Amino acid sequence: MNAPLPGRRSFELSSTMESVCEIEAAAEKMAEEAGLSEDERFHVTMAVREAAVNAVLHGNEYDPGRKIGVGIENTGKSLVFTIADQGSGFIPEEVPDPLAPENLMRGTGRGIFLIRQLMDEVHFRQLHPGTELTLVKHLGPDKKT
Amino acid sequence: MALTIASREVDGVTVLDLSGRITLGEGSVQLRDAIRDLISKGQTKILLNLGDVNYIDSSGLGELVSAYTTARNQGATLKLLKLTKKVHDLLQLTKLYTVFDITDDEASAIASFK
Repeated sequence: MNAPLPGRRSFELSSTMESVCEIEAAAEKMAEEAGLSEDERFHVTMAVREAAVNAVLHGNEYDPGRKIGVGIENTGKSLVFTIADQGSGFIPEEVPDPLAPENLMRGTGRGIFLIRQLMDEVHFRQLHPGTELTLVKHLGPDKKT
Repeated sequence: MALTIASREVDGVTVLDLSGRITLGEGSVQLRDAIRDLISKGQTKILLNLGDVNYIDSSGLGELVSAYTTARNQGATLKLLKLTKKVHDLLQLTKLYTVFDITDDEASAIASFK
């Protein structure tokens, strides 16, 4: 296994809501240190929180025997967050569109949509078992907002 | 900051002043319980003041939708008052802005229930 790059932090957390708050706080701190605007900080923090909630709730299903793997990095051009669970995995293309009229009034199902809307890049990787999400917020002129 | 909910009556309308975060584990359940409690007591006019809600996640958005449908299914009306920019933007993004009756002015909101 390669050593972490300078500036990259990796850590493992248990499948709890406290872990979600910890990941969210780490994302907020990195976004603030990167000098993002208040709106951008909110977008990053929210997207990372949604990914962490998915990992804890839907991926690991609060199983104390399963861990959440987290990586956060400021490459100088982007903020990159990876969040991995050890669950049974899912197919992102099969997640229903929450904007479709038949789904608009559903109480759930907006997390992945919001992550995609709020970040510049979102990548899914199947880990067998588990799913890894990589969320990217560009810092330069390529940024969405 | 966790969610706090204060209830008051204005001209027959129950105004719930919400303050803090509406997220999974930090307010969603409180909001759900507050709405169910009002409806079980026969309250049919509910105004959610979101002016001090500084953070909401997808679970919180879902809870607003559930509150709306729960109220409607029980013959009650639920409206929203004073959105922060963050909540406003998220309701726009998720197309929920078109679902809710939203007002910035409390007096107008109260009057709209008559």
